[in-house]
Amino acid sequence: MADFGGADSEAFRAEARDWLAANFPPSLAGVDVAMAAATGPVEGDALLWKQRMGDKGWGVPTWPTEYGGGGLSPAQARVLQQEMNRIGARNPIGGMGVMMFGPTLLEYGSEEQKQRHIPPIVRGEIRWCQGYSEPGAGSDLAALQTRAEDKGDHFLVNGQKVWTSGAQYADWCFCLVRTDTRHKHEGISFVLFDMKTPGVEVRPIKLISGNSPFCETFLTDVKVPKENLVGPLNGGWTIGKRLLQHERNSLSGGGGSAGRFAAGTPLDKLAKDHIGVDGEGRIADPDLRARLIRHQMEARAFMLTLMRAQAESKSGQGPSAATSIMKNVGSKVGQERAELAIEIMGLQGLGWEGEGFSDKELEQTRNWLGGKATTIYGGSAEIQNNIIAKRILGLLDHQ
Amino acid sequence: MAVLTEEQTMLRDAAKAWVQEKAPVAALRKARDSGNLLGYAPEAFREMAEMGWAGVVIPEAHGGSEFGYLSLGLVLEELGRTLAASPLAVSAMAVASAIATAGTEAQKSTGLPALASGETIAALAVDETSRHDPARTALKAEAAGDGYRLTGEKVFVAEGMAAGLYLVAARTSGAPGEMAGITLFLVPADAAGLSRAPRHTADSRDYAALTFDGVTVGKDAVLGAADGGGDLLERTLDIARIALSAEMLGMAVQAFETTLDYLKTRVQFGQTIGSFQALQHRAAKMFSELELTRSCVEAALSAIDQNADDLPQQAALAKAVAGDTLNLVSREMVQMHGGIGMTDAHDAGLYLKRARALEALFGTTAWHRDRWGRMQGY
Repeated sequence: MADFGGADSEAFRAEARDWLAANFPPSLAGVDVAMAAATGPVEGDALLWKQRMGDKGWGVPTWPTEYGGGGLSPAQARVLQQEMNRIGARNPIGGMGVMMFGPTLLEYGSEEQKQRHIPPIVRGEIRWCQGYSEPGAGSDLAALQTRAEDKGDHFLVNGQKVWTSGAQYADWCFCLVRTDTRHKHEGISFVLFDMKTPGVEVRPIKLISGNSPFCETFLTDVKVPKENLVGPLNGGWTIGKRLLQHERNSLSGGGGSAGRFAAGTPLDKLAKDHIGVDGEGRIADPDLRARLIRHQMEARAFMLTLMRAQAESKSGQGPSAATSIMKNVGSKVGQERAELAIEIMGLQGLGWEGEGFSDKELEQTRNWLGGKATTIYGGSAEIQNNIIAKRILGLLDHQ
Repeated sequence: MAVLTEEQTMLRDAAKAWVQEKAPVAALRKARDSGNLLGYAPEAFREMAEMGWAGVVIPEAHGGSEFGYLSLGLVLEELGRTLAASPLAVSAMAVASAIATAGTEAQKSTGLPALASGETIAALAVDETSRHDPARTALKAEAAGDGYRLTGEKVFVAEGMAAGLYLVAARTSGAPGEMAGITLFLVPADAAGLSRAPRHTADSRDYAALTFDGVTVGKDAVLGAADGGGDLLERTLDIARIALSAEMLGMAVQAFETTLDYLKTRVQFGQTIGSFQALQHRAAKMFSELELTRSCVEAALSAIDQNADDLPQQAALAKAVAGDTLNLVSREMVQMHGGIGMTDAHDAGLYLKRARALEALFGTTAWHRDRWGRMQGY
């Protein structure tokens, strides 16, 4: 099996190292250009780095070269990542186009669609958003009602989408619409439209954290050319579900947000600073101490599971069954951590704005609230449990 | 499942096949009903030893295969699946490791081959109360002539009636409550002044109460440093705890699979009860806990192989996480089976009883959580 220990990969390592040395601006070590690019234009070194990686195709290293991708093997892509990690280089190409839409279009799109839409994703030029959820279609996504009427050369789309992440910054939208009202799943189609099309109106939603990462998107007589239908008419559900698999993977993988929420410094120091210690140097509140230990053990078990799943998938055993639990465990650990931190700090942990709180404390309050979304988005905790029960454990649907 | 070598995969598969054929749950039931004090079938253990399982962590020079702790853990997990009774965990893993690590040449060359062949079974005689706490060791070892005289009692010594050899924690200085001042002795079960009596517990396995009434041993019975056995004792116990964790993982996996099968076949209200979401989500929860537990157990087994500095943390994590998971799954096994799970004819009760015994042995879940917390600075 070709792996990063192999001679081919080692030859590639030298190539990657040389190219990065010549092209990565050292001023960007540790800087997340992709995050900045998700909400606005970038300039200077950031723009340079993004353009260079975009031209090279290494922002999406394993995508085919015919659409501008890097054309690397998975082993070579790992080597590239290691070399980037070594010098603190972060991938400047990201977003939903890379994580979710691109892989789906490569699988289901027509040749024309791929030629048109993949290269701008590769170069990080187009921001995509996801038109999935509706007010009446959350966990039961297939209940969606946004209507697309056949008008000959185009569809006329009317309806409302919600929880559209980053819609206020997006250039294009991939969207599930109803093209047949007689069938639930078999009446859904997968279409693409430009967010500047007349009739598209975006309103950011203010969340409990005070931030607005999501929007409502209203669609009124939006004309979508027929060429923007992906896959067959009324065949969008299969494509839409496939895309959700890519979403789940990006939410639960080793470097994904589940891991990020679970990581962070242990809470022992925070607790000792705020609560004090007993005669034996232990956190003075025995009940809280016991719960902190229990939490920290679960976080440790989760990290060990991420490592195990990574080792298993690298060894060619195929995706580990453990991946199915990552989103739920990661989000639970992250939420518990935030709750415990607030409990430890008392009202100092609930600072909202102004004097008397450090930036870190204020950020923690917002993260505690924002983190409540992690067990709701990307398939709620309950939906994840349904998926484990049905797909992994083989239990049947209730009749 | 950890990434295994080809040899490890073969060992695991062989253990799986043998256990299913030769040591199904019915074997434990049979041993229980026959009143067998050993808690296991000697002929089955002889077969295990013939397959080399008792020598997996013992050096080749002393009759073993030196195949490593993760490898033996794979076997213990398979044994746990069917509650296959054997003294492998304490004898072939914990005591064998202590002698291989700290023994003199003489101790190794007399002790290890007999453990590897299964001819001798060794047990850990540590606790003196029903709550595990090695620091509370009070059994006295006084200098006497050229050696020592041991006086005191040990309780709930696992595999204690079957053992031919005990690794005994005794106090040569200091006071109960301190790990300093403990010395480890290798004491044959037939030593003069040593008596034992069985303690019948719900899991139908072998526990003995030992009485040391002035048992005299030579200096050559000391394993490791006289008066400085605390570290070796902790390491040996950690290895025993990890061994039990592997067995607990196997038990929990099987208890879950048996329960899952029942959810798929039991019909009420015109459908399998596994189609009810209330049960599906509890099943998904158990599955998640099992995956997390596997990660901790396999990491702990590998930590012994790698001689990792954080072995105590890994052992405490594995034992506590496995304890929580097995406790959950064994309770759910009875509950989800309903009335049939309450009958002696069903296996659920056997898993439940063994689960609680393993949870208590060498430190309860809460004890290990507290211990882990101290080590982590909480």
